[in-house]
Amino acid sequence: MGLNVNLCGIELENPVIPASGTFGYGYEFADLYDINVLGTFSFKGTTKDPRFGNPTPRIAECPGGMINAVGLQNPGVEAVIARELPKLKEVFHKPVMANVSGFSVADYAYTCQRLDKEEQVGWLEVNVSCPNVHGGGMSFGTCPEAAAEVTRAVKAVTTKPVIIKLSPNVTDIVSIAKACEDAGADGISLINTMLGMRIDLRRRKPVIANTMGGYSGPGIFPVAVRMVYQVARAVKIPVIGMGGVGSAEDVVEMMLAGATAVEVGAANLVDPWACKTIIEDLPRVMKEYKIENLSDIIGGVQ
Amino acid sequence: MKQSIFTILSNKALTDSVYQMVLSGDTSAITAPGQFVNIRLSGRFLRRPISVCDWEAGLLTIVYKVVGQGTRQMSLMAPGETLDLLTGLGNGYDLAPVGDSPVLVGGGVGVPPMYGLAKQLRALGKDVQVILGFNTEAEIFYEKEFAALGCAVTVTTVDGSYGVKGFVTDALKDLHYSYFCACGPEPMLKALYRATTTSGQMSFEERMGCGFGACMGCSCKTLTGNKRICKEGPVMRKEEILWD
Repeated sequence: MGLNVNLCGIELENPVIPASGTFGYGYEFADLYDINVLGTFSFKGTTKDPRFGNPTPRIAECPGGMINAVGLQNPGVEAVIARELPKLKEVFHKPVMANVSGFSVADYAYTCQRLDKEEQVGWLEVNVSCPNVHGGGMSFGTCPEAAAEVTRAVKAVTTKPVIIKLSPNVTDIVSIAKACEDAGADGISLINTMLGMRIDLRRRKPVIANTMGGYSGPGIFPVAVRMVYQVARAVKIPVIGMGGVGSAEDVVEMMLAGATAVEVGAANLVDPWACKTIIEDLPRVMKEYKIENLSDIIGGVQ
Repeated sequence: MKQSIFTILSNKALTDSVYQMVLSGDTSAITAPGQFVNIRLSGRFLRRPISVCDWEAGLLTIVYKVVGQGTRQMSLMAPGETLDLLTGLGNGYDLAPVGDSPVLVGGGVGVPPMYGLAKQLRALGKDVQVILGFNTEAEIFYEKEFAALGCAVTVTTVDGSYGVKGFVTDALKDLHYSYFCACGPEPMLKALYRATTTSGQMSFEERMGCGFGACMGCSCKTLTGNKRICKEGPVMRKEEILWD
């Protein structure tokens, strides 16, 4: 039985990847289980400068998931290289996925270039859902040209596979994915969270201090499967599927839709052992659905 | 941190909206008063963080207030039903610096963690003074339980319907104490921060995602850097607190 997949030229023991923002820089989960059982993981969204993020409350519950507006809290790329990566090295011996955010094209290029030089980094996952401060605050990921510009700028200064992580809050996800592919992206990951909002009835105010936030969890799974399906059919580069994945069955469904690997996000926050459990459960589910090698079913939906 | 299944032994109303639930299960991950557990509820995505009121080997007591759908669901659960808990979460009260005659201050649903703390301090032979603050007589709970531990208990009510009329700080004025520990609504903590004359520790609340330090949902700024309420907190030293 084969769980291994090849993601942009790097072999993964299995396709399960904790998603950025739900797994910190990994070492805290290493206290709970051996995180080397993972395919890899995508570390906390890292920016050029340190960020505290948004005011609290940053979290709201929803049916089928949660809304977060953490606001990319992270210590900044220099501290990640100096402090977080050495700590990770002690507990994780596989290439890690470096998740990068930015507020200008130059920010993205700078941060990616710094992380590209780190031996532990296997892939760069570029989150283009952030607002472009030089472009009127519109998210890079909502416009094919802006997403392509970020992709080109990052590709020009890096050597490792560049995976562009797309926002689902767009009219036509396929055109954005294709623009990134044409600009040189080595892979596409999707979906980031869906923009949502909750209101506190007693206070008649938004639950989240930032008013809106990103909805994630099982409620967005069907949307994610649909978008992965649409994008995987339209591009030739590998696609990482994510959005509400919580079980080995969900992993198989994402792969049938066209995902080469699968990220698991919100599930880690309610069950810190979720990814380990999914990996251990995959052989049973593969047997049940008569799957010999997971890599055989990528895009296998008829 | 441990994940395990607990069985409800009892679940009874202490007031109109405050309930005491006693559960049996593995409490070995709980190491200090002021820590909390995170409770998974059927049909709800996020767990509910609830402070530990009291614990011993195999036995856990939580006292919670019905404030929304999740805690309402908990209030309707019956003995024999089970709950999936993450235990041993957060940084509790440090007992080392409290001196011989600490004062413990609990406001409303901030009272429960003070009970486990009082119990441990009494076991160490400390002279424990307790101030319990409520809005009105009908909301009072656990006065007798603290007295039974041998604590000197003062109850305050905002409307004067029971005990000292006013806020916990009105009762604090008359006490001599070596240190303070507090848990309650933020305005109470702020008032105590100004009114107390000694060092102390306070427990903070925030909406949480995971409860174990992964999501950065409950971050706060302190004088000693950014902290996570769920991980480095919920208990903070007075000297590190940075008010908004």
